[in-house]
Amino acid sequence: MADANYPDELLYHDQHDWARLEGDDHAVLGITWYAQDSLGEVVFYDPPEVGATIDKDASYAEVESVKAVSDVIAPMSGEIVEVNDGLEDAPEKINEDPYGEGWLVKIKLTAPAEREALLGAEEYRKLVENG
Amino acid sequence: MATVESPMQRERARTIFEKSKPGRRAAILPEAEVPEPPLQELIPASLLREEPPRLPEVAEPEIVRHYNRLSRRNFDLDSGFYPLGSCTMKHNPRLNERVAALPGHARLHPAQEPKRAQGALELMWLLQESLAEICGLPHVSLQPSAGSHGELAGLLLTRAFHADRGEARTKVLAPDTSHGTNPASVTMAGYEIVKVATDERGGVEMDDLRAKVNDDVACLMLTNPNTLGLFDENIAEMATMIHEVGGTLYYDGANLNAVMGQSRPGDMGFDIVHVNLHKSFSQPHGGGGPGAGPIAVSDRIEPFLPRPQVVQRESGNGSGPTYDLDHDRPKSIGRLRGFQGNFGVFVRSYTYILSLGADGLAEASETAVLNANYLKARLAEGRAGKYTPIAFDRHCMHEFVLSGKPMKRELGIATLDLAKRLLDFGFHPPTVYFPLLVEEALMVEPTETETKESLDAFAEALEQILAEAEADPEKAKQAPYTTPVRRLDEVKATRKPVVRQPLG
Amino acid sequence: MLAAIGVEETAELFAQVPEPLRLNRPLSLPAGMSEAEVYERLAELAARNADCEEQVCFLGAGMYDHYVPAIVDAITQRSEFLTPYTPYQPEISQGGLQAMFEFQTSMSELTALPVSNAGLYEGPSSVASAAYLAIGATKGRRRFVVSRGVHPHSRETLATYSEGYGATIEEVGLEDGLTDAAALAAAVDGETAAVFLQSPNFLGAVEDVEALAAAAKQHGALVVVAVDPMTLGVLKPPGECGADIALGEGQPLGNRLDFGGPSFGFFCGSEELIRKMPGRIAGETDDVEGRRGFVLALQTREQHIRREKATHNICTAQALNALAATIHLAWLGRQGFRELGELLVRRTAYARERLAAVPGVELLHEAPVAREFALRLQVPVDRVLDRCAERGIAAGYRLGREYPEYEDGLLVAITERRTRAQIDALADALGAAIQAERGDLVGNSATKAPGGP
Repeated sequence: MADANYPDELLYHDQHDWARLEGDDHAVLGITWYAQDSLGEVVFYDPPEVGATIDKDASYAEVESVKAVSDVIAPMSGEIVEVNDGLEDAPEKINEDPYGEGWLVKIKLTAPAEREALLGAEEYRKLVENG
Repeated sequence: MATVESPMQRERARTIFEKSKPGRRAAILPEAEVPEPPLQELIPASLLREEPPRLPEVAEPEIVRHYNRLSRRNFDLDSGFYPLGSCTMKHNPRLNERVAALPGHARLHPAQEPKRAQGALELMWLLQESLAEICGLPHVSLQPSAGSHGELAGLLLTRAFHADRGEARTKVLAPDTSHGTNPASVTMAGYEIVKVATDERGGVEMDDLRAKVNDDVACLMLTNPNTLGLFDENIAEMATMIHEVGGTLYYDGANLNAVMGQSRPGDMGFDIVHVNLHKSFSQPHGGGGPGAGPIAVSDRIEPFLPRPQVVQRESGNGSGPTYDLDHDRPKSIGRLRGFQGNFGVFVRSYTYILSLGADGLAEASETAVLNANYLKARLAEGRAGKYTPIAFDRHCMHEFVLSGKPMKRELGIATLDLAKRLLDFGFHPPTVYFPLLVEEALMVEPTETETKESLDAFAEALEQILAEAEADPEKAKQAPYTTPVRRLDEVKATRKPVVRQPLG
Repeated sequence: MLAAIGVEETAELFAQVPEPLRLNRPLSLPAGMSEAEVYERLAELAARNADCEEQVCFLGAGMYDHYVPAIVDAITQRSEFLTPYTPYQPEISQGGLQAMFEFQTSMSELTALPVSNAGLYEGPSSVASAAYLAIGATKGRRRFVVSRGVHPHSRETLATYSEGYGATIEEVGLEDGLTDAAALAAAVDGETAAVFLQSPNFLGAVEDVEALAAAAKQHGALVVVAVDPMTLGVLKPPGECGADIALGEGQPLGNRLDFGGPSFGFFCGSEELIRKMPGRIAGETDDVEGRRGFVLALQTREQHIRREKATHNICTAQALNALAATIHLAWLGRQGFRELGELLVRRTAYARERLAAVPGVELLHEAPVAREFALRLQVPVDRVLDRCAERGIAAGYRLGREYPEYEDGLLVAITERRTRAQIDALADALGAAIQAERGDLVGNSATKAPGGP
């Protein structure tokens, strides 16, 4: 992806992860443009297991580039109902389309009210631009 | 950008396996001289291998030519300047190789009875004594095979020390500038690493340390001078702090080259020190080892040292001391490896210590510090001073860290690009992107075995590269041009790893 | 130079070291010596060691007196291989990186497992490294099952490291020189991270690794097999026996005895384990102009990037020793390596038969052997060793050192350097030593040793 972009309809965590709410009780999660840009070309992603629980602010997976490994932080808590298996053969999708084909997991939320603590696109954009 | 291929670039890499031709061989083996029944009469067929492994089939001249040509695709210390910070790339005296090859050392079996290996055990004991004097700690084990092995040993000693006192602590403190082996060793030893911040002078942030030191801290791991090449003058206070809560103080000996004969970690308050024989004590790096990481410890840690220990005993019949391997150590943490350690490395390092002596070792450190400060002063001038300034502006010890941040911002080239362009100038680049604390870091350690001319040449090369970059940043970004291969695709190597030659 | 720095004397540069911490005296070490004098000193020390040129060596226990061809020294002594650092700048390290790639290929071929790293320190600590991998790979199981046939140094090292891992170890005994398969199966449970075997085992016996591995695998434990690389030309490789990891002491390949080091450890595993492997791994790739080249691959496993989450803490390993092995294996070649294995097995069979026929000597076990075997002596082993030493023979390894149940045991190792004549001389020496010891016992009937004449 050439330019920084942070879609308005998403919610953001200050550790550079996003959440797309689906209905009241599900969310799709991934890492932001800033995260993939800092990481460099992603070479490996090992998804967590379906059925595993993840906790807000805790790491639930790792994304690997040639020179670094980054923890992926959960913006919200829940149970994993789906993982993006397509990334196993094409981890570069995380770089190319971090909000679309680069999605990481889908969870069933256990505490939907956690959305209140997340940032909007505008706030998050300010956060990364001011470094 | 069009480039003319050098002969070495034109020569495509082919492994020894690809030069194989069925039926060719180098080795001629001795005749059996004994009965030669089919193997299945001696070992059940189900335990035997059907097809021999597909090792290469090549004649001896082919093997020699292959590896000689391969060797020339390497840059090495005997051929050029190697200012790798944290690695202490000092000259490797060839006398080391000559004495290590003496059959009495080279062809001695490790399980030979101690009474028939007195020369070897005495050498180990003398090396232990020398390291004890240099480190200022009386008890030495030569067993660990590398620095990180020594670190693990130190942490396991710490664990045993606390367990012996009925305590089970969970944390180890280390500065954020520490070498990666430190936290990796901490995890292997079953502890949790807690990072301590660095202050604006480049030393440990004392308030942060104070806040983190408590009776759940097993150990504080430091190196002094630190990885920024700066001596932390608060070391005595740090030692007091950790000792007051009953923890141990560990010294990563990677930077010992700065202080030999000048200051001793034992006197600074350290309980456990590891020494990298392949750094300060001239063992050749071999492209990634072998080395050795002996440890020196204080009296209170001594009971836990690995087993066996090389000891000196009075022979009682007046014929002088004898040497032995002492296994009777009830509180020992046990073994860290087989036999006694990397003896061949001990021979080389002991040879080096004998050659230099007390005066020479002190002079080595003095000159290492002088050379580093001189190069730092040269690089503070001109374009280097402008684009790759020193990260912490004070006298350094044996190494110093520059930041390529202004270079990246104003010239658009990163430390990586600068390093790659240095290859075209016939230099090995400094250590890059370490410590993590400094943006676009370049860690430079010239060592004492470089002449002033060598240092000047390096400074001039850097000046030229930066001038080039001012005019055309692409030059560095596409570098290197003249090396046997140009920039390599590390993404490809990691995404779909190919880690062996496929064979039919 | 001082002027450029802006100081009057070098001592000012040490001002950052607080005065109380300055040594302020010379080190209490001898003064430096000339090269000639240092040489004499080292030669004098060397002369007081009973090396393999002075004593015919039947000592084994993991390290063996093989013949290392002269080209190994000639190549490994080259500056370009001897003096560079780890290949972090791959463009100027293609020699070292390709050598690692060739080493990895060789060890993968020997063990029949697809992935090899570029080497670890040596044998026993490699076992402990496999244990660390197994903890991670089984998501935190912390129990190991180890055969008593595994090298005592390996078992001890594993125990030392396990204090840090917070792991427990259960040992499975030997039955007639071989791992008790039923006991092994019974010992493995759902908490077992890995099972450790060795073949040939410490007593020289060739284990049925395939059968033992099958028993071990039931509960999802990793199967780790330590092997003698010199036997892999003739023995079924661990990769064909169900091993997940094959490792061991690499010294027999291209490396001198050097009183125990430096040598190297090899470490090979299945494809699934590649991202969990310890140590450096060289990988193939291309440069920007399409030239084939090599780099350090999967560096994010390693300590310099992954730090506290690294697969291992290793940094400096034993690269030069691994290169020596690669050269030696190329020199032996496919045919030579097999022939050498056959030679070892046959000479060992001959030696075993000859020695078992000596009065006062019997076999400790009758399991098949490849290059080393265990005997029982009817007189004290250390006395026999001393008497043989007087005849210029290092007769073998005293098993009682680490196996109290084999106090009377002697481990004898064979290499291609041990000629028939030397083996015959050993038989004579053993016979004479035992007779002399019995003679002494008869002479000292006041203190009759157990067993008697």
